[in-house]
Amino acid sequence: MPSVVVENISKSFTAEKKKVLALGDISFDVAKGALFGVIGPDGAGKTTLFRILTTLILADKGKVEIDGFDVVKEYKDIRKRIGYMPGKFSLYQDLTVEENLEFFATIFNTTIKENYSLIKEIYQQIEPFKDRRAGKLSGGMKQKLALSCALIHRPSILFLDEPTTGVDAVSRKEFWHMLKQLQKEGITILVSTPYMDEAALCDTVALIQNGKFLSIDTPEGTVSLFKKPLWAVKSDNMYKLQQDLKQFEGMASIYPFGEYYHLSLNRDSILQEDISAYLTSKVHQGLEINPIKAGIEDVFMELMKSTDD
Amino acid sequence: MIELNTHMITADKLTKQFGDFTAVDQISFDVSKGEIFGFLGANGAGKTTAMRMLCGLSLPTSGKASVNGFDVNTETEKIKRSIGYMSQKFSLYEDLTVRENMRFYGGIYGMTIPQIKLKTQYILEHLHLEKEKDTLVGSLPLGWKQKLSFSVAIFHDPSIVFLDEPTGGVDPITRREFWEMIYEAAHKGTTIFVTTHYMDEAEYCNRVCIMVDGRIEAMDTPANLKKQYESAHMEDVFLKLARKATRIAD
Repeated sequence: MPSVVVENISKSFTAEKKKVLALGDISFDVAKGALFGVIGPDGAGKTTLFRILTTLILADKGKVEIDGFDVVKEYKDIRKRIGYMPGKFSLYQDLTVEENLEFFATIFNTTIKENYSLIKEIYQQIEPFKDRRAGKLSGGMKQKLALSCALIHRPSILFLDEPTTGVDAVSRKEFWHMLKQLQKEGITILVSTPYMDEAALCDTVALIQNGKFLSIDTPEGTVSLFKKPLWAVKSDNMYKLQQDLKQFEGMASIYPFGEYYHLSLNRDSILQEDISAYLTSKVHQGLEINPIKAGIEDVFMELMKSTDD
Repeated sequence: MIELNTHMITADKLTKQFGDFTAVDQISFDVSKGEIFGFLGANGAGKTTAMRMLCGLSLPTSGKASVNGFDVNTETEKIKRSIGYMSQKFSLYEDLTVRENMRFYGGIYGMTIPQIKLKTQYILEHLHLEKEKDTLVGSLPLGWKQKLSFSVAIFHDPSIVFLDEPTGGVDPITRREFWEMIYEAAHKGTTIFVTTHYMDEAEYCNRVCIMVDGRIEAMDTPANLKKQYESAHMEDVFLKLARKATRIAD
């Protein structure tokens, strides 16, 4: 039995008398013990999805089962067995680190001692500050405390809504390391993020935009959705290079990626020599033109455009 | 176009202490006119504190700095008037319309009504927002808000604009369109001081400075930094440097 089964859920909100579709007909399963990533920008519907799965709001349509329990009829059973870390820090600011953890352990009828082994690696990093009030913690420490509190009752499924937003590259790497460790404990993890580079660390990735999944696949499967030939191009004059590539016959898209432009083409028949000859005729120097494999971000932009049309 | 001999920002051993904690520790650097200067660092490295001093919002404990020729110790009001600022948390009023937001910011910076009208018209056309001019900002899509937010930050034609994680959370296409706007502003001579957590964006900067534990650990063009740290990407450079940090991350 999968940990999560979602069938055709939709959700709309009314804002300023206008109906806004937050989620449109979404379906997916998450296998037990999997690390499932929901990746998309702000406003795509990630938080709405997580709030429905954690029984905090109801979908307008559709059906959701968590560990075999229905989110509408059996929400109390679900709440006992899931852990949820919302995007916004939601612990008690005026309780200390230890008091917060104690509080969450108590409401789940357990003790810190009983499940300490599960949170040990994470909690040890903030334990020196256990007498500090949660409101006085730094961002990174708050994140670790929130994760500890979400885990203290040893949930079977963990929901993490944008745990790494606004977090620097080093701390993001550490956080994903912690998730991989938790996965080894048999916990199913659903995590949302706006950072495309985190996709590679999931077992399955759902790309979400405007309330719809653009794709749902393994990281490898997702990047293989990009069918066009793709080239990384750079020259000594990047501003002019962009203008010139936009005029290139056969150009399908061109986007900056770090120090390169990613150029996708409409036809397989265009060779490296053709691109090179064209750019040389435009007097570019220091040219580098390499065939590359698409990344998640290339795929996301490609799928975004095809659904806009 | 970068004018290397015209320094819009100079910092000389700029330091900020909170009690016995040194948040910013003797940082020194210059930023030239028209330059896109990336300011990177892990959470808690001191970026925000440094930026607040340069914007005239916080006085240094020691050291000197000037922004647009004004002293951060003695001329903070002049600094505030002459810079633009945009943060990740949008600085627009959600319950004012697109036009009202521009009218408001133009007024705050002491622009005349005709100047405001002219600029408003230019921005509406430039962003293709004419149809939305009387829409409440709160109901605009995120990507539009962000572009409008940048346009409002440079509404009074400041010579320097500070961008504090301007692209957090937006979709990859909007993120790239936003950088095109930054390039355009820099091309017209605006100096750009930008912080970001996206390491591919560090590559778009003319120069990048990386802060670790309150100090500047590295400062150069992305190409030179990658060469120096034998890394293929700025992300690797950043990880190599930021892992040296001993401070507990914020």
